[in-house]
Amino acid sequence: MPSLGADMEQGTVVEWLVGPGDEVHRGDVVATVDTEKSLIDVECFESGTVERLLVDAGTAVPVGAPLAVIATAPDGAVTDRAATDGAATGQPAAAPAPVPAPAPVPTPAPAPPPPSRPAPVPHPAARSPLARRRAAAAGLDLASLPGTGPHGEVTGADVDRAVRRPRISPYARRLAAERGLDPAALAAGRPHPLRARDLPAAPASQAPPAQAPPAQAPPPRPRSATAALMTRSKRDIPHYYLSTEIELGDALQRLRRHNREVPVADRVLPAALLLHAVAGAARAVPELNGHWVDGRFVPGEGVHLGVAVSLRGGGLTVPVLHHADRLDLDALMAALRGAAERARSGRLRSSEASGATLTVTDLGELGVDAVTGVIFPPQVAVVGFGTVRPRPWAEGDTVAVRPVVTTTLSADHRATDGVTGARLLHEIDHRLHRTEETP
Amino acid sequence: MTTLTDDDARAIVLDALRAVAPGPELDALGPHDDLRDTLGLDSLDFLAVVRRVSERSGRRIEEDDYGRLGDLEGWVALLAGGG
Repeated sequence: MPSLGADMEQGTVVEWLVGPGDEVHRGDVVATVDTEKSLIDVECFESGTVERLLVDAGTAVPVGAPLAVIATAPDGAVTDRAATDGAATGQPAAAPAPVPAPAPVPTPAPAPPPPSRPAPVPHPAARSPLARRRAAAAGLDLASLPGTGPHGEVTGADVDRAVRRPRISPYARRLAAERGLDPAALAAGRPHPLRARDLPAAPASQAPPAQAPPAQAPPPRPRSATAALMTRSKRDIPHYYLSTEIELGDALQRLRRHNREVPVADRVLPAALLLHAVAGAARAVPELNGHWVDGRFVPGEGVHLGVAVSLRGGGLTVPVLHHADRLDLDALMAALRGAAERARSGRLRSSEASGATLTVTDLGELGVDAVTGVIFPPQVAVVGFGTVRPRPWAEGDTVAVRPVVTTTLSADHRATDGVTGARLLHEIDHRLHRTEETP
Repeated sequence: MTTLTDDDARAIVLDALRAVAPGPELDALGPHDDLRDTLGLDSLDFLAVVRRVSERSGRRIEEDDYGRLGDLEGWVALLAGGG
């Protein structure tokens, strides 16, 4: 069970998207986990074959508990598949391929191997023509099926089982039943197992099955997780606060020019511009980018920006933009857009849900002048942006009206002093005035 | 680009809003209700609506147009009026 947030102590496996025998690759979504805050897609750390699931769907386990056993076969998957393809022309070792070429082809061992020698089986799946035919007809990859025949050979029956195997997760099945949907019909023809979130939304009229109304509604769960974390922060972290006004006239003008020239879909928002500046500043002031662990500061390996995103219907989630300092402005905008969309639709991936080294909270949308954030432990700082507004701005002896944003820093006084915090704010300001930083 | 009728324009905008911010507020949306306030759109949402409407209507909506797009009526005027 991965840690999907600083405050997470346990998680509940809501559904498995893979089962024993399935081939998985690093980064594949293998399960959905319910944290206190939201549903999160858990990605696989390894490539290999799922051997066993250790945690049943619906079971809560603490962070760190193993969820499944994955047999890692270094480059095994590739060789196996290649062998299967090659063997499709005939039985290996028995029927030499019809080679028209006059020269002898150095094919490995055209003669039957001595019986004692453990045959270098290309892939057990290759043996049965029946299995191959059925798999091909069903559009299944033989190499990905568990085999029950001798030497793990995939038999015709195995293929039949795989074809019949419900390509639908148990949780999706239950939800479908509650909503009066036919899961088999929904799952038909899908390349991937049907998951709960693939189901059409419940019609409003029949949404929850009639139940006795709860005597007293519990607080929405996202609240309780946030409450615990923020309480810990204010109890344990001696915050100090700094703020500065940053003038954005030229930066926003360059942004507008950029946005006029690119397709609508590639437009960059001012929020991304601010994040970009923070990411660069965090790299320049590494003392504020990292975690406070066991009484000392541990600098982050890379700049991973947590971006506070408010959810429709209340609550807050903080997707993480990994290595934000390595992204150019367009890439950062794309990352922000994707993360916010997934956060709001409840499809955040596990890699996006944890590992922030610095958080940014931008309340510009709410029309407030400034926000001084509460640090997300174990991080040591949070940067806050208010609304970008036209304000009187002194330039030399004159006053002009310019777009200005109040930028704040809340930082952990155990880790740094005001001098370091001031440097970070200065770096942000500096970056927003460098022409090469903006498009 | 062909000019859209008011009804076409309204349908396109409502479709885009429905995709980005579904909910009961949308069903009760009046022509002069402030979209950002009523539907709780932020700038990312708004950009998503602009992108969808631009794609569907074939009209590129510039950031300079945003000021007119605070309510449904403003959208319809821009799209159907040939802007």
